Amino acid sequence: MAHDRIWDEARRELAGLPGGRGLNIAHEAVDRHAAGPRRDLVALRCHRRDGRVETLTYSELAEATDRFANVLAGLGVGPGDRVATLLGPGAEQHVALLGTLKARAVACPLFASFGPEPVRARAARAAARVLVTTPALHRRKVAPVRHRLPGLAHVLLAGGEPGATGAGRPDAGTLDLASLLAATPAAWTVPATDPDDEALVHFTSGTTGTPKGAVHVHEAVVAHHATAARALGLGPDDVFWCTADPGWVTGTSYGVVAPLTHGATNVVVEGPADPARWCRTLASAGVTVWYTSPTALRLLARAGDDLPRGHDLARLRLVASVGEPLDADLAAWARRALGAPVVDTWWQTETGGIMVATPLDGTAPAGSLGRPLPGVEAAVLALGDGGRADVRDGRVRPVESPGAEGELALRAGWPSMFRAYLGDEARYAACFAGGWYLTGDLVRRDAAGWLWFVGRADDVINTAGHLVGPVEVEGVLHRHPAVAEAAAFGVPDPVAGEAVAAAVVPVPGAEPGDALRAELLAHARRHLGPGVAPRSVDFVTELPRTESGKIVRRALRRAAGAPSPPPTTGGAAMTADRRDRPAAGGDAR
Amino acid sequence: MSPTEARALLARLLAAIAPEVDLDALDPAVPITDQVELDSIDVVRLVEAVHAETGLDIPERDYPAVATVEGFVAYVTARAGQAPDPS
Repeated sequence: MAHDRIWDEARRELAGLPGGRGLNIAHEAVDRHAAGPRRDLVALRCHRRDGRVETLTYSELAEATDRFANVLAGLGVGPGDRVATLLGPGAEQHVALLGTLKARAVACPLFASFGPEPVRARAARAAARVLVTTPALHRRKVAPVRHRLPGLAHVLLAGGEPGATGAGRPDAGTLDLASLLAATPAAWTVPATDPDDEALVHFTSGTTGTPKGAVHVHEAVVAHHATAARALGLGPDDVFWCTADPGWVTGTSYGVVAPLTHGATNVVVEGPADPARWCRTLASAGVTVWYTSPTALRLLARAGDDLPRGHDLARLRLVASVGEPLDADLAAWARRALGAPVVDTWWQTETGGIMVATPLDGTAPAGSLGRPLPGVEAAVLALGDGGRADVRDGRVRPVESPGAEGELALRAGWPSMFRAYLGDEARYAACFAGGWYLTGDLVRRDAAGWLWFVGRADDVINTAGHLVGPVEVEGVLHRHPAVAEAAAFGVPDPVAGEAVAAAVVPVPGAEPGDALRAELLAHARRHLGPGVAPRSVDFVTELPRTESGKIVRRALRRAAGAPSPPPTTGGAAMTADRRDRPAAGGDAR
Repeated sequence: MSPTEARALLARLLAAIAPEVDLDALDPAVPITDQVELDSIDVVRLVEAVHAETGLDIPERDYPAVATVEGFVAYVTARAGQAPDPS
């Protein structure tokens, strides 16, 4: 089919493993350049916490990742074994992830702001054999739950962060990664890799049940490469910086893989993010393409126009946004303050790469999601009674009239499409109907073909571009003895888009008040981490429920001042102001 | 505002945002976010709460100055109100 051409072009640009032994993401990202004329160019430019800047050339990155693959082999870890990482942004994450792929093991990045419970739930579902983390994160988030992870054979500690007081005195049951890397051979040959071999597991959340582990294969690199060129205009001369945390899909697809497959210089910034540091880094690294989020842009806008104005951003040629809806006003501010065009991109953990984007030529109407990239076929499907695409006998029905709302669907079969939810075949199968992947996002398409975001079709909370499943939050609240019932939902937040809120029915005898509220917030934050735990707790006498007993989280959202949700049947015109609509988007972050 | 009042303010505001944090257990000279789990949204909420309670606006460029407990106390003491320390 004609629309497959861009994928075929990308396949031709990639090398494949020598000797026709298949396709491996790490070979395309690193070894291909290390064996060619780009070998001495900078692959990673790392801005350390203390302000030092260190660089790794493609050749040096090839050696570091070879060593990591050798470390895994020395531990008896090989093809198909899952290696989780719990690391903030830093070169260690890149080396561990790419080294894992070189060993044909499966990389499973986890968000370092998760508390012990989300870490345990994901590591268990992934059946991770190895976890790479830091001493401080290990002590806070892994040690408390390690006894509940019997399959976790090895914990490797990458050093060097403040608070890592155990330096030189590794925690029991852990191995020091730097020592292992130093003691291992530098040479490694990537084993034959089928494009359909499992490469990555990225976790995301749905309304119900446990976190979903979306499985991606090595062929995904075709889409990483092609979409970065199409949507971000990325090429070998770019200095690229993606601010997404490495624990989310964007931090891998575009934070690690895509800039390297293009032979660009990839900027990596360790430590806490703040607007002043963003501006300093954009200027000092000479960033040409910045891939960031509406939350980051809102934080930057709060800091005022003077901050970017005080830095030389002349090399910045594109700002791209992902993870949440980008409203027209914020995009206009960013364009003015940063002096570069701004594009929006839409995709999800499940899609593995950008699917819909506003074009680089700036022709998209302000506030729209853009159009499907070449090679991506999208449809807007008519809705049924449940607010999702109406599926009858396995068939779906695209909406007829322009402007009508429906569920965004993508024709299945693009190279970075997820291939499974770990251990959850039924849930995976339910994502597809009539040859379409059903995204769970409600959109409308205007007469000119532009897509406009309307809302989520489910109760997933999008906070700072990260998807939080309400059931995971409620499960932890339920474990507190004073809680009879709990519901988690999203409320509008001026910085994060949405913030997690909770409504709690206390058990008889428990006194609802500030003391219990503080206790519940502390309990939730300890177990879930600040990025997942509720920011507020309100006490109620009962939760709104349907006749069948299901919690009506949308009623709680409305009671908390959130705008009305989108209608649950098709055909109505979009009424919500984009700036106030329920947040969107998939943790393409 | 006195140093004692500034510290009490920090304790009260932090207790509303991150009640699991024990201010007394923190090293006053080390950035708070290096010692306990606070994300960037927590920090924004803390700065906004300071503004709501005292009228003191902490601009972005001053965030490093208030990152530690002792830095916060010194900064707020110097800028919020003019009341002398009762001691």
